[in-house]
Amino acid sequence: MTTLSMTDRRAIGDRHPELLAGSWRKRLIGWAVGVGIVAYLAFAWWFFSVGAVLAAGNWGIAGTYLADWVSHEVRPQIDFRDDRLDVSYPRFSSYRADRHPEWLSFGEPVATAAAPAANKTSAGSVTARIGRRDTIEITPSNVVVTRGTETLAVAVVPEKSISVEGELPAWATQKAPGEKITVDFGFAGSAQIDADDVKIRHRFLGWENFFFDANSPFWGMSFSQVTGLMVSDERIDPKMSNLALAWDNVVNNAEWQHGDVWLKLAQTIVMAFVGTLFASLLAFPLAFMAARNITRNRLVNQVTKRFFDFLRSVDMLIWALFFTRAFGPGPIAGIAAIFFTDTGTFGKLYSEAIENIDDKQREGMRSVGASPASVQRYGVVPQVLPVLVSQSLYFWESNTRSATIIGAVGAGGIGLKLWEAMRTNSDWENVAYMVLLILIVVFIFDNISTALRHRLIGKKASD
Amino acid sequence: MTMPLSEAGLAVERHWRELAGRRRLYTIGGLLFLFVALSGSLWFANDSNAGKFFDRLPHFFDFTDQMIPRDGLEVGRALFDLPSPYDDGSLKFDYPEGRMYLFGPVYVPEYVYKMIETINIALVSTIIGFAIGFLLCFLAASNLVTQRWLRFFVRRFLEILRAFPEIVIAGFFLAILSMGAIPAIIAVSLHTIGALGKLFFEVVENADMKADEGLRAVGGNWPERVWFGIVPQVMPNFLSYALLRLEINVRASTIIGAVGGGGIGEALRLSISRNHEAKTIAIIILLFCTIVTVDQLSAWLRKKLVGEQAFAFGRGE
Repeated sequence: MTTLSMTDRRAIGDRHPELLAGSWRKRLIGWAVGVGIVAYLAFAWWFFSVGAVLAAGNWGIAGTYLADWVSHEVRPQIDFRDDRLDVSYPRFSSYRADRHPEWLSFGEPVATAAAPAANKTSAGSVTARIGRRDTIEITPSNVVVTRGTETLAVAVVPEKSISVEGELPAWATQKAPGEKITVDFGFAGSAQIDADDVKIRHRFLGWENFFFDANSPFWGMSFSQVTGLMVSDERIDPKMSNLALAWDNVVNNAEWQHGDVWLKLAQTIVMAFVGTLFASLLAFPLAFMAARNITRNRLVNQVTKRFFDFLRSVDMLIWALFFTRAFGPGPIAGIAAIFFTDTGTFGKLYSEAIENIDDKQREGMRSVGASPASVQRYGVVPQVLPVLVSQSLYFWESNTRSATIIGAVGAGGIGLKLWEAMRTNSDWENVAYMVLLILIVVFIFDNISTALRHRLIGKKASD
Repeated sequence: MTMPLSEAGLAVERHWRELAGRRRLYTIGGLLFLFVALSGSLWFANDSNAGKFFDRLPHFFDFTDQMIPRDGLEVGRALFDLPSPYDDGSLKFDYPEGRMYLFGPVYVPEYVYKMIETINIALVSTIIGFAIGFLLCFLAASNLVTQRWLRFFVRRFLEILRAFPEIVIAGFFLAILSMGAIPAIIAVSLHTIGALGKLFFEVVENADMKADEGLRAVGGNWPERVWFGIVPQVMPNFLSYALLRLEINVRASTIIGAVGGGGIGEALRLSISRNHEAKTIAIIILLFCTIVTVDQLSAWLRKKLVGEQAFAFGRGE
């Protein structure tokens, strides 16, 4: 082999500079594409008025929403009365008048104080410990907030006015003198001090009331207490055993709606499964009609192929909306939408696979005088079947994801439930729960489908 | 007439019978399982649907009857925002209301404008997804990165982006940014990063490493090796995958639009639910034509880029 020495290379470069300089046209195209993309993105920035929308966004609340995914707040409310403090909790909270969190401690109410309402507890003073160092000390006449080394003292005339002694620290805000003061503890929560009450929001990691809601007899019990009750013979509800009652309470949990979420998730899985299976079954014979090498009739080929294109190009969304109108909301609409779209997709993929087969096997079958059906059965199917099944499996898994989305327009499944939970803006922990379930299901199906595909067509080809 | 078999022959025959029997058993078992799963699923789906399949089936085309506009020209009027002779002041026939005036009497019809919006959502998301997926894919390729933990981390990250339901990302940003196209762009972009990143690193892992070896021999650093050794080889495949992704993203942004992301999807959902036949058909025609055009254009470009190589397989999520 002859190789160029460096001197030769330079000499050639001098004589034919165009060979080594690279094509200026190519370089120009590269630059033009880059500039074009930047210009297009600038246009899109203007077209969608990205800057204005991002600036108008409510970014402050984004942190709270994200924190809601993995944590919950305990929100005691302390009302100022003339001589006492009334402590209460929102409905559905884990705490109530006879059950208080351990980070709240109470002073004895004065003996002359009137009895509070049934859902409230009276106290002479309330101390809330937020985290390790921070405290809020409340008496009927003043509130002292200690954060680190700084303290904020607020004098309170119940139901009339509040006033601050001295400067506000950086972690407290007040819009105007006399108005409510908001104290920020970072992730641990916040407190709002008003002339009427102090609202404390203390945030904890973890989901609240995940197994039993406040209406359940098991609510608020520790794990060992619940298991103890389950095995004991004494029935809480005479109609069923404690174990059955506990299960019933979990499934019908009002806050987490486990039963409904699982049902909707099952619908989504069923939509993807049945839709994909039916689409494969229908596309299989149609693909033989569409394949040039099997059906020697150009008209039939073209008609079938255009039919596939039509099914594919009318978007899954349109089919979903259409069938939701026809069958009413529910999984049948979703199945039909996936079935129609994927019949088109599979038909196209299958017919391409059939057109690429090796023709020798069919010739062999024909040469021994087999019937046309046998020619296809033994000459074509064994070659293409693993590929076709593999493609169907691939789509089965991806349709599980699509089924989630079309559910949101009414085609059944968990999509709508997810969408409703998000629209209320207060159930982000439920969203997190459903997303977690979806991710687990997709992960399992992904693995099943990959494992089956590897068995069918070998590891390398399926990647 | 059958010849008697030798000892060895009998053993072979017995083995073959066993294998064939087991195979048949697997096939029958698999089909049986599939059948049971299918019937169970169908019963369940029918049971939990609002309308029962066989009750609704005779009325299936009732709805289609409602979808026929008063006359064929109505569809054209809805599509091009021309005044309708049936205009009674209701939302159903207020076609000219949606005109987007550019200058003077020149306007863009409402649905065409919304279609352009949807296409732009798809295009912007594909560009963002391509750029970030491009940067990440080299870090996930086993032939370029020797640190296992880095590869593991990047791959899991891409996987999560891919599997995370788009609708949740869209919903989250809708809550912060209110209705509009930007939540849709964010949602589709994040998904695209995951989907393209995975396809990209698989392409990179199959790249010819000779160019890379040469660069390493002359002392090229990592970015140089990637840029001069790998990128020129994989770029046609990358672009081809990105075009395929663009087709998928046009559909995805339509669907996200229907749940609050703006664009043509929202218009379609509203007009179907309000029984505006002419508008619905106009949008369906517009959407159909757009998807066909985008598919054809992308197929043509892909053929120019990578020849006849089939990519249909990677087209899922």
